[in-house]
Amino acid sequence: MTNLIILPILIPLFTGVVLIFLNKRITGQRVVAIFSSIGTMIAAGVIVQKVRTDGIQSLNVSSWDAPFGITLVSDMFSALLVLITSIIAFACLIYSFKSIGQEREKYYYYAVFNFLLVGVNGAFTTGDIFNLFVFFEVMLMSSYVLLVLGGTKIQLRESIKYLLVNVISSALFVVAVAYLYSVVGTLNMAHISSRINEISVNGMPGILTVIAVLFLIVFGLKGAIFPLYFWMPGSYYAPPAPVLTLFGALLTKVGVYSITRTYTLFFYHDMDAFGILTILAILSIVFGVIGAIAYWDIKNIIIYNIIIAVGVILYGVSVLNTASLTGAVYYLIHDMLIKAALFLLVGIVITITGTSNLRNISGLITRYPGLGWTFFIAALALAGIPPLSGFVGKLLIVQGGFEGESFIGGFITLMSSLLVLFSVMKIFINGFWGKDRTYGGEEKAPVKQLLIAPAILVAISALYGIGSEFILPYISQAADTLLNPKLYIDAVLKE
Amino acid sequence: MRKTNNIILETAVKVLLFFIALYSVYIFTAGHYYPGGGFIGGLMTAGAIVLLLITYDIKTVTKILPVNYRILTAIGLLFAIGTSAGSLIYDLPFLTHAFGDVHLPLLGELSIHTATLFDLGVYFVVVGVTMTIIQTIGEDE
Repeated sequence: MTNLIILPILIPLFTGVVLIFLNKRITGQRVVAIFSSIGTMIAAGVIVQKVRTDGIQSLNVSSWDAPFGITLVSDMFSALLVLITSIIAFACLIYSFKSIGQEREKYYYYAVFNFLLVGVNGAFTTGDIFNLFVFFEVMLMSSYVLLVLGGTKIQLRESIKYLLVNVISSALFVVAVAYLYSVVGTLNMAHISSRINEISVNGMPGILTVIAVLFLIVFGLKGAIFPLYFWMPGSYYAPPAPVLTLFGALLTKVGVYSITRTYTLFFYHDMDAFGILTILAILSIVFGVIGAIAYWDIKNIIIYNIIIAVGVILYGVSVLNTASLTGAVYYLIHDMLIKAALFLLVGIVITITGTSNLRNISGLITRYPGLGWTFFIAALALAGIPPLSGFVGKLLIVQGGFEGESFIGGFITLMSSLLVLFSVMKIFINGFWGKDRTYGGEEKAPVKQLLIAPAILVAISALYGIGSEFILPYISQAADTLLNPKLYIDAVLKE
Repeated sequence: MRKTNNIILETAVKVLLFFIALYSVYIFTAGHYYPGGGFIGGLMTAGAIVLLLITYDIKTVTKILPVNYRILTAIGLLFAIGTSAGSLIYDLPFLTHAFGDVHLPLLGELSIHTATLFDLGVYFVVVGVTMTIIQTIGEDE
């Protein structure tokens, strides 16, 4: 079937529209949403298998040939990310049923949830730079609504900040695309890549380095890298747990994906831009670690861990050799899974205790052993303890760093693991051990039902770590395409 | 509750409204060959309804046009998705449009392109979204 790769975009879009009609019937909404979520997961799984057997899939939308129409491209990198997105969306959905509350559900929560997925899946799949912008906007507008839905004071304040930052970064995105278009005269990503390759035979023209850095600023604002992460801790602090999970696991990773895609496909000649990327990635790790250690607030600790992970992944991308790119792809997928699990677990802790201040929480493990041990496994996986999923990715990134003779970066990546472990163990030791207390929200919290979603994610992430031998061929196929832009260009332009 | 007598405004709007509505339909249908299309057409239709809102109050306007604009938006989106996903049935790439001569009962032979239906979806969405924004702000106390 020719239209296979559009299904992960089309199914949530159609579902979102249908859910607008059902806005007062909560049960109906839930049933429709869950079926479409399962459908999307199946479609994404089929795409991954298809890309594995038949190579990169591309679809020329509305039957116009490649450089002239919009092309959707599914290589292994984007196919895997779409699959992980669908899995995380499924987990967030079943968590939402128990936690989000009827008020929000009646005000188009599930519809907007699905529109967010349209944006994320579209951004991962598209092969056109301006279409990427459009999908970014679809994703961002849904995220504005999800952030403000409920209308508490903190949500209103933080969504103003979030909106301002993202409007500015979107305007910069348009400017960057305009510059790029005026230089290369095309918007199709494969075509841009081959044109840049033609004009940079005698060295990269300076304007392209400027554009590369402009793209880094744009996607860095979306993906929260070092000097541009200032909006994130506040904005991500505001929304309720399932929304926060969607944001933390998906939105920043779309920025990371875009940096990876543009830098490996367009600017791979440009060592100046890659130098800046390396420095910013390392600084993101350092500043993220400082934030993660400094806070005594469980939400803030995990939020700063996002910045660390973004730094680690981008460091892997910036070294640009086989080991580091394989590691970056592996770590990206691991991080999406484990961050989603951690945010959901933190959400449960906050529902039980009614606070996110670590000093007011202790002894949770005596009455909630399931929650405690799930959190423990998730924390170990985050830090990268060998049998679990964080290990292989970070090992490969460090190996790539040392192979590329980037010793400082490799060393900082290694050291960051230790401090990441410290920051999450701080939550575990202070929150779960110690004296048993009673809390306000305890009777109302359906802990067992809420625990299903994070438990699924932690189980998948454990399998992902243990079965790395089985998964690695998929990952290295993804890294292969990133390392050889020729494969991507040939699959799209069919020359 | 209207205090002053707005007879000149009301009479003028009664006449003008049809011209604005007709012109918006013209702009919408001419979109393929001349400047115009679903977006500007929809905006102008919404403008006509806004003029009605300025002259009368919200209750009267909802009585004249009993439309739920959120549902209208959703219907518009369904039109757009439906016409572009129709190509899935024929196993052609998404958004591939078709055209041909259609015999309609009242209008006779017409050459119709499915892009018009897509545009109709855009038209509905624009009317729906604009009116939802204006109505929710207007009803807000």
